[in-house]
Amino acid sequence: MTAVLKHELRNYFHSLTAYVFGAFLLAFVGIGAMLYNIQAAVSNFEFVLSFGCLVFVVIVPILTMRVIAEERKQRTDQLLHALPITTTQVIIGKYLALLAVYLIPMCLICLYPLIFSQYGDVYLLTSYGSILAFFIMGAALIALGVFISSLTDNQGFAAGIGIAVILLNYYSVSLSEYVSSTAEGSAVVLCVLILILGAVIRHLTKNSIFTYIVCIALTAAVVITYVVDAAKFEGLLPGIMAKLSLFERFYGFVNGNFDLTSIVYYITVAIFSLFLSVQSMEKRRYN
Amino acid sequence: MITVEHLAKRYGDFAAVNDLSFEIEDGHVYGFLGPNGAGKSTTMNIMTGCLSATEGHVRIDGYDIFEEPERAKKLMGYLPEQPPLYMNETPMEYLKFVGEAKGVKGRELDRQIESVISQTRLENVKNRLISNLSKGYRQRVGIAQALLGNPGVIILDEPTVGLDPIQIIEIRDLIKQLGQEHTVILSSHILSEVQTICEKVLIIDKGKLVAFDEPENLEKLLMASNAVSFIAEAEIDEINEVMEEMEAAVDWQMEKQENGSVRVDIKIESGEVSDVCRHIFFAFAQREKALLELTSKKANLEDVFLELTESGMDTVAADKNGKVNKLDIKPTENNDAEWMERQVDDK
Repeated sequence: MTAVLKHELRNYFHSLTAYVFGAFLLAFVGIGAMLYNIQAAVSNFEFVLSFGCLVFVVIVPILTMRVIAEERKQRTDQLLHALPITTTQVIIGKYLALLAVYLIPMCLICLYPLIFSQYGDVYLLTSYGSILAFFIMGAALIALGVFISSLTDNQGFAAGIGIAVILLNYYSVSLSEYVSSTAEGSAVVLCVLILILGAVIRHLTKNSIFTYIVCIALTAAVVITYVVDAAKFEGLLPGIMAKLSLFERFYGFVNGNFDLTSIVYYITVAIFSLFLSVQSMEKRRYN
Repeated sequence: MITVEHLAKRYGDFAAVNDLSFEIEDGHVYGFLGPNGAGKSTTMNIMTGCLSATEGHVRIDGYDIFEEPERAKKLMGYLPEQPPLYMNETPMEYLKFVGEAKGVKGRELDRQIESVISQTRLENVKNRLISNLSKGYRQRVGIAQALLGNPGVIILDEPTVGLDPIQIIEIRDLIKQLGQEHTVILSSHILSEVQTICEKVLIIDKGKLVAFDEPENLEKLLMASNAVSFIAEAEIDEINEVMEEMEAAVDWQMEKQENGSVRVDIKIESGEVSDVCRHIFFAFAQREKALLELTSKKANLEDVFLELTESGMDTVAADKNGKVNKLDIKPTENNDAEWMERQVDDK
């Protein structure tokens, strides 16, 4: 694991990736600090972070696009499989390297509230609480990016899908206002989601029978619930969309509410994404 | 020692490897021979843990590659068909990573890197980017990588493919050298290559083992070629006369060349090749006609395969002791690739 970690770190600092990532993050946060803290003379640094989190849409896919896709393309994944290390160690090593790259600009960002506190009253607890939440949210997004990269051997494709997924997540709350909140609408969308899930399962397992069983069971569950108590689907879809949004949860921290469930949610997303990445890499060996 | 038992890999209905079983003893150079798509790479990938098997076991010194992969992988170094190199690194950086991943640390790692670099003669390029290296050097970096951690077994998948003749010779010499300290398994679809390097040869076709023997025996098999061709500056009548005088039963075809000489292809139905050649030589000498060329054609690998697989030998040509039974080999035309191979071997 340490070998992979060291190797990846060396790689990031040899190429432009780490610098581009850090530069973008710092530039965005810097612009935010200038607008909010200096020009508007607001002492809340957390607002800067809520403005800055949009930058994740671009920089996370840039950082993570090559992490596994490139290994596949260059066929170096064969080396990783042949080495006496497990796939889990490979993924964790890679993820820790990404976190290290992410941590460096974050350390600089940590200085902002301290500097501002020299010139006025800064709510340091909220500021640092938000910075911590910002870091953990980014870590969850990076894990998601790793998973997306593990699905393909095309870096560009991985970046594109990554941007789309994170952007969708970013706007999911605004979008949720436009989606149907009626029971019928939710039921239909759930069925469509089940079909998509089925397609993913089919792609990953190449097992049609298992896919059919899962799809039929889930659809039956949706239909039965709908027939028994349609009211349960009332407003379900917008609710789910809002709940799944990583960014929406972050605004809670900005408002001074350090919500542990959100932290747990971020960590769950990260671990689940990494677990899927391991499965996706292992799957190549089973074809 | 490597034991492969009833190994099978199926993709849907297609069996890439089909009930493959063999044992590999320590301290020899083994050759995996087979035409493209025979299942060589698949077998090697499974043996090294890069691919799962549908059925069967692979054990390296008693460790099962599927159940104790880390222990088993430590005993092996693997160079896949396409060397798995990070193009934006130097060989030094790359070897450091591989060494660390194999669990070699500190001074020992430096010592090992130095030793594999000198073994594979990478000293001059060790600090250049791999993306700037030639294919031969890249192959050597791949071999150096496999040598790190001092594994007992080195597995090389088509190590000479795509190299120029000089590089081929160098890599072959290197492999021979490695064979003195390690068990080496290499795959190839070039028969002469396997013949020159390997002490034992496994022939695979359609995922099955069709022969497991020493190259001398295979060579004998191939020497038993039954075709001769020659080009003579003589009239067709004269040639017919010479052919009819022959004691051995032969069948021949003639073709008039542009420069007036005649090319004759002979198929020997019974009798020795050497007798036929001797007869042709003296017969034309007596008539004071020049013989411009006289060759006994060697059968190539494809013919061995055709014979092994088509003549009802699907079952397994090798008996229990690994000896190949009767083989009947057809001649083929020489081609440029073979010629080049021969040039390389001669050197």
